[in-house]
Amino acid sequence: MTSSLDHLVGPYFGEFGGRFVPEALIAALDELEQAYRTAMADEAFVTELRRLERDYTGRPSLLTEAPRFAAEVGGARIFLKREDLNHTGSHKINNVLGQALLVKRMGKTRVIAETGAGQHGVATATAAALMDLECVIYMGEEDTQRQALNVARMELLGAKVIPVTIGTRTLKDAINEALRDWVANVDNTHYLLGTVTGPHPFPEMVREFHSVIGTEARAQIQELTGKLPDAVAACVGGGSNALGLFSGFLDDRDVRLYGFEAGGDGIASGRHAARFSGGSPGVLHGARSYVLQDEDGQTRPSHSVSAGLDYSSVGPQHAYLHDIGRAEYQPVTDAEAMDAFALLARTEGILPAIESAHALAGGMRIARELPSDAVVLINLSGRGDKDVATAAKWFGLIDNDESAPGEADQ
Amino acid sequence: MTTQHSAGVRSGIRLAQLEEQGRAALIGYLPVGFPTVDQSIEAARTLVANGVDILELGVPYSDPVMDGETIQHAVDQALEAGVRVADTFKVIQALQDLDVPVLVMSYWNPVLQYGVEQFAADLSAAGGAGLITPDLIPDEAGAWIDAATAHGLDQVFLVAPSSTDKRLELTAQACHGFVYAASTMGVTGERTTVGAAAQSLVARTREAGAERVCVGLGVSTAQQAADIAGYADGVIVGSAFVRTMLSDEPWSKQLEALGAVAADLAAGVGSAQHTTP
Repeated sequence: MTSSLDHLVGPYFGEFGGRFVPEALIAALDELEQAYRTAMADEAFVTELRRLERDYTGRPSLLTEAPRFAAEVGGARIFLKREDLNHTGSHKINNVLGQALLVKRMGKTRVIAETGAGQHGVATATAAALMDLECVIYMGEEDTQRQALNVARMELLGAKVIPVTIGTRTLKDAINEALRDWVANVDNTHYLLGTVTGPHPFPEMVREFHSVIGTEARAQIQELTGKLPDAVAACVGGGSNALGLFSGFLDDRDVRLYGFEAGGDGIASGRHAARFSGGSPGVLHGARSYVLQDEDGQTRPSHSVSAGLDYSSVGPQHAYLHDIGRAEYQPVTDAEAMDAFALLARTEGILPAIESAHALAGGMRIARELPSDAVVLINLSGRGDKDVATAAKWFGLIDNDESAPGEADQ
Repeated sequence: MTTQHSAGVRSGIRLAQLEEQGRAALIGYLPVGFPTVDQSIEAARTLVANGVDILELGVPYSDPVMDGETIQHAVDQALEAGVRVADTFKVIQALQDLDVPVLVMSYWNPVLQYGVEQFAADLSAAGGAGLITPDLIPDEAGAWIDAATAHGLDQVFLVAPSSTDKRLELTAQACHGFVYAASTMGVTGERTTVGAAAQSLVARTREAGAERVCVGLGVSTAQQAADIAGYADGVIVGSAFVRTMLSDEPWSKQLEALGAVAADLAAGVGSAQHTTP
């Protein structure tokens, strides 16, 4: 394993990736790839993106040591990459701004996106407002009810939210509906895909827009500790925050890379979103990757306390990094994640997103095995404000039957 | 019907025969196992009895991104009823006394998980004519093309109004049987009009080297069928058939309605001034 893994170019990462979509979308994907490559080579585009990252998102995001949290764990020093401090509260804004700038360059006027919990939908609606684009968000009907507050947030930002009532009525069906919309309206519409999955060039492009996370973190950790970290940890739904952070360290072969997927109620229960532990190679939503599926290739529903990790497939570059052994992927159960959520809140005064709490729980597992002078870098991909109702119920702070703030009276 | 050692009647041969008779083909889509496996066999027989020339059997899939609501609902019901990919071959076998080509339409993952080579072998052994692949472009289809060629199966890829001339050429070359031209930018489902885009796409696809081009997406009336049959080799209809089977009527009434829709569309196709080169 000597060739560089930095800035890998699609459509394939090993045997994963590709463009398994209807022919009707191929012209748009070709146009997008062309626009993306031209833009990235254009100094004016890159300068504008960097300006937005600095003046709008608030980059660079901080790197914060978490000594009281680390002391509870007992082991290595722990540092948090604070993507939770970005405008809109998560890493999602990095990708959304990059793609929205591309939409303007392509002369398209309408963006559509899928969302599960609403984070990517909120980020997309934000960029659409900023850049004067019509915005339609597809969201599973179940999710619109569970996340009524985020629906309101998107609507306040000027987006139209369409509840998806077909299939399992969750994220994967929202993606299906977005793809159907795109096929019908591809002339004026861009599908602003929210993670490193989907057909080429999305996995490569979304990774590059998030690689700023890894670039910053690599410099920051060296400045603070004088060396590279021993291990890097991130949660993996589609896997965009993880690939963003990993991007800074792919060729540092002594830095171990860990991705933590949602173990739900545990792998044995069958109720999880652990594609590497409980799935197999297949094609879903345009890419060949690891997929939760039955023996007929029908997609199996995923389960997680964290809506952002609750997806039946994973980015194809993660599948590649998994198969070549460059990154290791482990499941983290709902219970482990919620324990880490509580511990970070009480020891450091930071409420993490439940997605990011999976990275914290996994990072604790790694840090425990390392000496006290070792360094573990964890991506705190989002803030937990959106998860207060879920957490309050989980820890019994409010009645389970009681309708929590942010939830519809269903 | 003669005994076939490999695949059943190829669709290209049937299209050529109909061409000699001076008309286009009516191609009818139904999902396998909807509402049950046995009833989907009955429904297919009803289509053929009422003038459908070529059958297209859909393999139910959990994430059918090229399908509109009508077919999504039917496929959901079939999956809930427990249909399996292998049922497709049972249905094809049960239709072998009919002298019609039976194509399968499948999204790629069910074929991939079944095993590409095994799928081609079993499809051929059952007497199927070939496979239509809505989310597999020729660029990604190497394994399928090898297996289908080895087993003498039709390989039907799609073109769309957005396809460039270069892609039309690539796709026309990769297709065996016919090229499936998507009439509009969109998903399956009945539409009141099928745009002018379809006719120009068929012309462009022929110029790109395609021998036979059939048009699908949105066709639901005899008039639309007649218009398309005037310039294409075949008219593909799905949702208009499936809709009759989503009603609350007793099964016999549903079959009656299905037969009536088929007969009406077949009359439309037959009435066309067919001017295929």
